[in-house]
Amino acid sequence: MIRFTWMQFRTQALVAFGALAIIAIALAATGPHLAHLYATTVANCAAHGDCVAATTTFMSKDHLLQDLGNLLIALPALVGIFWGAPLVARELEARTERLVWAQGITRSRWLMVKLGLIGFASVAASGLLSLMLTWWSSPFDRVNMNQFTSVFDQRDIAPLGYAAFAFALGVSAGALIRRTLPAMATTLAAFAAVRIAFTQWVRPHLITPLRVVTALHLTSGTTYNETNNGPLTLLGAKPGAWVYSAQIVNKSGHAVYGSFLDRGACLESRAAPACIGQLREALVYQPASRYWAFQWYEMTIFLGLALVLAGLCFWWVRNRLG
Amino acid sequence: MIPAISADGVGKRYGGKWALRDCTLGVPEGRVVGLVGPNGAGKSTLLHLAVGLSSPSSGTITVLGGSPTDGRRQLSKVGFVAQDAPVYAGLSVAQHLRMGAYLNATWDNQVAKSRVEQLDLDPRQRAGSLSGGQRSQLALTLAVAKRPELLVLDEPVASLDPLARREFLQSLMEIVAQGGMSVVLSSHLIADLERVCDYLVILAAARVQLAGEVTDLLATHYRLSGPRRDPSTLPAGQVVIEESHTDKQTTLLVRSEQPILDPNWNVKPVTLDDLVLAYLSHQRRPERWQRPDLEVVR
Repeated sequence: MIRFTWMQFRTQALVAFGALAIIAIALAATGPHLAHLYATTVANCAAHGDCVAATTTFMSKDHLLQDLGNLLIALPALVGIFWGAPLVARELEARTERLVWAQGITRSRWLMVKLGLIGFASVAASGLLSLMLTWWSSPFDRVNMNQFTSVFDQRDIAPLGYAAFAFALGVSAGALIRRTLPAMATTLAAFAAVRIAFTQWVRPHLITPLRVVTALHLTSGTTYNETNNGPLTLLGAKPGAWVYSAQIVNKSGHAVYGSFLDRGACLESRAAPACIGQLREALVYQPASRYWAFQWYEMTIFLGLALVLAGLCFWWVRNRLG
Repeated sequence: MIPAISADGVGKRYGGKWALRDCTLGVPEGRVVGLVGPNGAGKSTLLHLAVGLSSPSSGTITVLGGSPTDGRRQLSKVGFVAQDAPVYAGLSVAQHLRMGAYLNATWDNQVAKSRVEQLDLDPRQRAGSLSGGQRSQLALTLAVAKRPELLVLDEPVASLDPLARREFLQSLMEIVAQGGMSVVLSSHLIADLERVCDYLVILAAARVQLAGEVTDLLATHYRLSGPRRDPSTLPAGQVVIEESHTDKQTTLLVRSEQPILDPNWNVKPVTLDDLVLAYLSHQRRPERWQRPDLEVVR
């Protein structure tokens, strides 16, 4: 059954891993140069004086390859749509299940090998792209310090979970809907919905965030901000951390508004120690050290969802088809 | 002797509709069994149950002494050619043979190769570009080369042109002649089956109407014609399957274990065609087939 699966799957596998190989060559050709550039311009910019210029110049390098992160976001969805959804649905549509399930192997074994082999290829493709991008982007990531925010789902091990989940989702949709195109559309919609919902409503609650109130500590990387005369919030308070909220509060813990700075003691001397000394920063955040815990949670949960869906597929194909 | 297929009160429901109902049937081993019935009679459903592609909603079905869904050993004992002979359009003829070799422990590559050569199929040709007849032959090759004890064919010639139809049945008869294999094939046309079958099952309206040896069936059915007469005055043991009357004359098709001795009747033997048509039109009158004396199914 393994050899038969490979016979049917090899063209698609060669296309996918061929594309990955091309990407790998492009990244390997540019990556060492980027690392060198980072080490010589950005890392020691303080010695040269102009950090802003050095950083801006560096960040404008290789924009096309920086956008590969989007491919890694899309890859699990593509895998679910093109490898997962047709797996059962195309057999039912072409009615070839009556050919293959009448051979000398049970349909459980047929499904097990197909799910195992193509599922492994899906996870491997995502994993390889993630590995390459994580390595190649590390200088950019050190500048951006955005590991928790914009690139969390494009680095390290989280994409493995997404790929497994999307593939299992595609197979399930195909088995339940029994038609390839609607199954593909459903896979895309359901995958996007689950990913967005998880990012919005589940991931922030996986670990209880730290809540601390400390003296206001303004550094060169910190600014404050007010939106529509709302309370003052701090930007860049904890580099590399996942900051849920960073409010400037007064001694009694109440939020401070921009108007506070404009009248009284702080009017003439915003940065004066007398003014700053009255204020505190109230942070709710996940420290940078929790990054790997969140990566593991993300991967494990999506892998678990994939296994649940795979179980559903087995039950459905065995008992419900035919 | 283990029957090839033995069904006991088997029914299959899709949604709320019964595709096959209360089917009790014994198909002997070592025969070529024709399963005849109009489209939608439940032929495919019965055959799918027999090869384990689906499970019955009620009753039990036994194939070669085992349950059709009972794993690999059972699957390798049964060869199946589904309706319209499905094959993978993107795979070549040679790849189909490799599929058969990979997926069947009992695969006989010699049989497969010699059949492909004999049929003059190009091994490199994609199955999607084969003609209907070639595709059926490829599907038959796959089913035969796994050396099954029972070969099941669902409407194998329905979609073929007359020449391909003859060639396919010729191939089938050659395979049967080599022996050792029970065959069940379905069709909605008796003419397709007449030359190859020695046992007949008539299925209509989701029920078995008649089953038996072709020679027995022909020997126990008569076409009677004579002066107009009420069929209810016939002696016991003569069951009317079909009747037609004019003002003066009555024509009947009856089943009787005993010879017809009444001199008023002009007695003629029936053809298989007549017989099947009579039973198929007969099923449109349900009050008839529900009469217990018509339960000829054994």
